[in-house]
Amino acid sequence: MGGLLHTVLVDPFVQMWTLPDFFVQVLWEGLVSGILYALIALGFVLIFKASAVFNFAQGIMVVFAALSLVGLHRLGVPAFVALGLCVLIMLALAVAVERLVLRPLVNQPDIILFMATIGLTYFLIGLGELVFGGEPKVMITSELLLPTGSYVWETLGGRVILQQIDIAAAVIAAAMVAVLAVVFQRTKIGRALRAVADDHQAALSVGIALETIWVVVWFAAGVVALATGIMWGARSDVSFALQIVALKALPVLVLGGLTSVPGAIMGGLIIGIGEKLGEIYWGGLLGGGIESWLAYLIALAFLLVRPQGLFGERIIERV
Amino acid sequence: MRQRAIGEVILAVEDVSLRFGGVRAIADVSFDIRAHEIRAIIGPNGAGKSSMLNVINGFYRPQEGRIVWKGQAHRAMRPYLAASTGIARTFQNIALFKGMTVLDNLMSGRTLKMRRGFFWQALRYGPALEEEIAHRRRVEEIIDFLEIEHIRKVPVGRLPYGLQKRVELGRALAMEPELLLLDEPMAGMNLEEKEDMSRYILEVNEQLGTTIALIEHDMSVVMDLSDRIVVLDHGQLLADGPPEVVSRDPAVIEAYLGVAH
Repeated sequence: MGGLLHTVLVDPFVQMWTLPDFFVQVLWEGLVSGILYALIALGFVLIFKASAVFNFAQGIMVVFAALSLVGLHRLGVPAFVALGLCVLIMLALAVAVERLVLRPLVNQPDIILFMATIGLTYFLIGLGELVFGGEPKVMITSELLLPTGSYVWETLGGRVILQQIDIAAAVIAAAMVAVLAVVFQRTKIGRALRAVADDHQAALSVGIALETIWVVVWFAAGVVALATGIMWGARSDVSFALQIVALKALPVLVLGGLTSVPGAIMGGLIIGIGEKLGEIYWGGLLGGGIESWLAYLIALAFLLVRPQGLFGERIIERV
Repeated sequence: MRQRAIGEVILAVEDVSLRFGGVRAIADVSFDIRAHEIRAIIGPNGAGKSSMLNVINGFYRPQEGRIVWKGQAHRAMRPYLAASTGIARTFQNIALFKGMTVLDNLMSGRTLKMRRGFFWQALRYGPALEEEIAHRRRVEEIIDFLEIEHIRKVPVGRLPYGLQKRVELGRALAMEPELLLLDEPMAGMNLEEKEDMSRYILEVNEQLGTTIALIEHDMSVVMDLSDRIVVLDHGQLLADGPPEVVSRDPAVIEAYLGVAH
């Protein structure tokens, strides 16, 4: 018994202390996957805030965007033209979703809209396979002038290896969050978006066009999905399996709160770092592979204590 | 007595009927609102008063009848059309943007008046900056007028009920409407707050010439403020006329007090 307590509560921390450079390496790996989780969660939050739709299709949007990019490039389209076209594809998708899914279902219960986004998921899987084929593809990382090498950081009496693509991902993610923050804080579209998120009726009464706002958020979520797809594709490859990884956004959302942009980012980082630390230092005790379910366990524990998430709005309902 | 020239008919409700499934909320009601007047809509609970406001600003589409707004006949209004052609409103249960500050709530009322592209707004550059400043100035005047300077930067959700009602009026005023629809602007207020609100409504009407249609339950307020009163009961028009006539109408007295049997 004492031996078990030692392996669970003492030994991992001793390891962290004695091999600090390795610990930093683990933290960095966790941070990078955390950033990607955060980006997917960000897409969910944007749409949920403005339209109260839980967009199950966010994960497949990531795959679809990355697939379109690689697919277009394979057809001979130059990389940056393909990137531009993909932005247009995400815009077309946003318009189509508003016209064909959201508008006919306005004022329907949330669960109906949720089911509709599941339908959208399967539609996009089918469309992606039909047009670009289902086999895994390699992201056009170097064609997009993204760095592929790595830096070695001599520190703490050892070395930490930083992939340049990971650094690029962190920078691009930070820039994207900053742009979104500026747009939401300063422009009338941002004000309108926050208004729609708060109260549909009041927003309509001051002349905010709901349809436009929906297109704007779905488009923003689409662009976020495209960026996520590029970064994730560069780390592994572009395949439909990515969609399963995108489900990791769920525990992130539980942790951060469904309506909070800072929550999505913090939640993503916590889950990313938490599951890497768990896998490396505690995983061996259970035979490894705990990375795939630890996030859900964290989320489950969190639900018991703070169901609205770290930054979510507290739900108080009169009964 | 107030000195205002009551103008032509600015809005006419013609033979409007509204049903929800089998329930008739409004049954064949017609009345009009003249420019610069204060028009009250009264009636017992469930009379169809709020439904009527919702028809006027396009939240509800009536099955029959039409709305003539500034000379244009519409089968039904649309919220965007109403807002962009000068109809602003407040809500019975306060519909504010609770997470946003008082200032941002009022600025949201300027949405339709902002013209500059959002790219320039994001950069806070040149004409967009001037435009933002101009709108801010207008909003600050309204804040001044409603005496809410001290809470400008407070998120609306934290304010007490009476102040929220005032902010909601402010957001409607920020739209610089020609017709202002007020759904129970004084519900749940104490006497002092009611007097303040009455004063604001009168000043808006007198100084800006804004036409006002209001729903209110406090009869002394209604009698003092309004030029003409529409009385609804069970979705039907019961009476229509100046306060002194309506208050003596036997049908109105019966609807409100019930008859002794």
